[in-house]
Amino acid sequence: MSALVVTGLSKSFGGLHVTRGVNLNIAPGERRLIIGPNGAGKTTLFNLITGELTPDGGTIELSGVDVTHSPSRHRAHLGMARTYQIITLFGQDTIIHNVRLALLGLSPKRWNPLIDLRRQAALTEQGHEALARVGLGHIADRPLAQTSYGERRRVEIAMALAQQPKVLLLDEPFAGLSIDERRDVHKCLMAIPRDVTIVMIEHNMDVALEFAERITLLHFGEVIVEGNRAEVVDDPRTREVYLGH
Amino acid sequence: MTARLAVFIIAIMALVTLPQWMHGVYYVNVASQILFYAVFALGLNVLAGYAGLVSLGHAGLFGISAYATGYMLNLGYSHSVAIATALSIGMVSMAIYAVLSLRATGIGFIMITLALGEIVWGLAYRWISITGGDNGINLHGRPEPFGIALTSPNAFYYAALIVFLIALAVMTVFVRSPLGAALMGTRDQPRRMTALGYHVWLIRFFACMLSGLLTSIAGILFVYYNQFISPQALDLTASAEVLLMVISGGAGTLLGPIVGSTLVVVVKSVVSGYIERWNFLLGAIFVAIVILMPEGLVPGTVRLWRAAFARRRPGPVVEATEKAS
Repeated sequence: MSALVVTGLSKSFGGLHVTRGVNLNIAPGERRLIIGPNGAGKTTLFNLITGELTPDGGTIELSGVDVTHSPSRHRAHLGMARTYQIITLFGQDTIIHNVRLALLGLSPKRWNPLIDLRRQAALTEQGHEALARVGLGHIADRPLAQTSYGERRRVEIAMALAQQPKVLLLDEPFAGLSIDERRDVHKCLMAIPRDVTIVMIEHNMDVALEFAERITLLHFGEVIVEGNRAEVVDDPRTREVYLGH
Repeated sequence: MTARLAVFIIAIMALVTLPQWMHGVYYVNVASQILFYAVFALGLNVLAGYAGLVSLGHAGLFGISAYATGYMLNLGYSHSVAIATALSIGMVSMAIYAVLSLRATGIGFIMITLALGEIVWGLAYRWISITGGDNGINLHGRPEPFGIALTSPNAFYYAALIVFLIALAVMTVFVRSPLGAALMGTRDQPRRMTALGYHVWLIRFFACMLSGLLTSIAGILFVYYNQFISPQALDLTASAEVLLMVISGGAGTLLGPIVGSTLVVVVKSVVSGYIERWNFLLGAIFVAIVILMPEGLVPGTVRLWRAAFARRRPGPVVEATEKAS
């Protein structure tokens, strides 16, 4: 059974067709890279898959379950997690609180108005474990405002991993990072176990090509090339619309 | 014992002994007003401070409970029935408010709550058979919980103090709870919260209900204190006033609404006896707060205190050496 199947997905904003009949079939454990020029509809595709946007047509299946009409929160409970192109964290809190919120989102305790969140040892322990996976365990109690951009990227990844996803969608995880920070994030991503399927949008081809097993090229909302690394890189259409000659 | 705990104990002792050291019935009554307005402000703070949803129609909810209490008592029902009915009507009204206003956030939420508040004010003013119109509703008598008559200013003060302390305890537990953290998360990053598996609308609805409960309780205390309710108590000015209590004290803090309600009630009830243009003074104080402490009096004072403390504390020698080099 595929981890994620997208069939004939389409979306328009007025007269602008941003997603045109997109089909994806992503195997469990696969590392899939979505590439395309700016405005190709990559982030819109992610927003459709995660339920932040409602598609005009087509279907989305997550581990065999049709989630096309499910709200985002249900998809999170079914094993879908994501990071954002623009870092979306809780800036007034500590790193560990951010991760605790991620853990709490899938716990029935999130509705409890009576217990003290900071005294939930199990949640805090799981939060530290998630942060240790991205190399931030030693600064868990640091306010987010006192962290670097690269560390915040890793907090985003830790939050997504804390949700124990089956399918993880990463929207440009290397955007805006220095060489050292890129190396740190790359290390985190390579360490994610194979039971997590990863779909990644990325423009930085050096790190992205190393990571990806299959690549999908989007152009004007359509899939124009799909295949393994060599097939996509060698395809003249990829060179024409994305890589350049 | 931490400094915070020591201050808390001193504050509780001061509140409990207030009728003994505060000379004059008038000032005990002012303290009672501060307490029930603090409960009202704590209720609005759930939305304006912790949920990021600014309501300009809360005086309408406050008034609904006050009117319901007065109406039921005038029909001849007991205090307990009147209070239970007022709380129920207040909560149902809040649920209706929430369902209608949670369709939007930001300016949209403000405008819907403003419109709902004005509708309630209009009903209070024009539905004369129920509300008495401009003449309002008069009450006779206060409840006697456990046989203790609340007719004297001191007795009413202690009743208001107990209710206030319970409301403060409820809020303290709530903001530290997972649901409180989730509510603040929906204020800061609603999109992210949805992606994390939270039901943002339902969390906000729950916040509305908690806010409505505290607001209804404050409305009941208000009508028992004044023995009278009229449309003036639920007009737009009343909604704006309690919002100013929250904002001036510090939205999204536990102490802020209490400090804000103290400020407003003291200026309205005490300072107005000495300064004819007290409205001008109150406006000037708000302008000063917005300029000097835009985050509110409580967080602003904490910030200045920390800055002053940090300036006095000598930095580590290593750091100074590094800076010098």
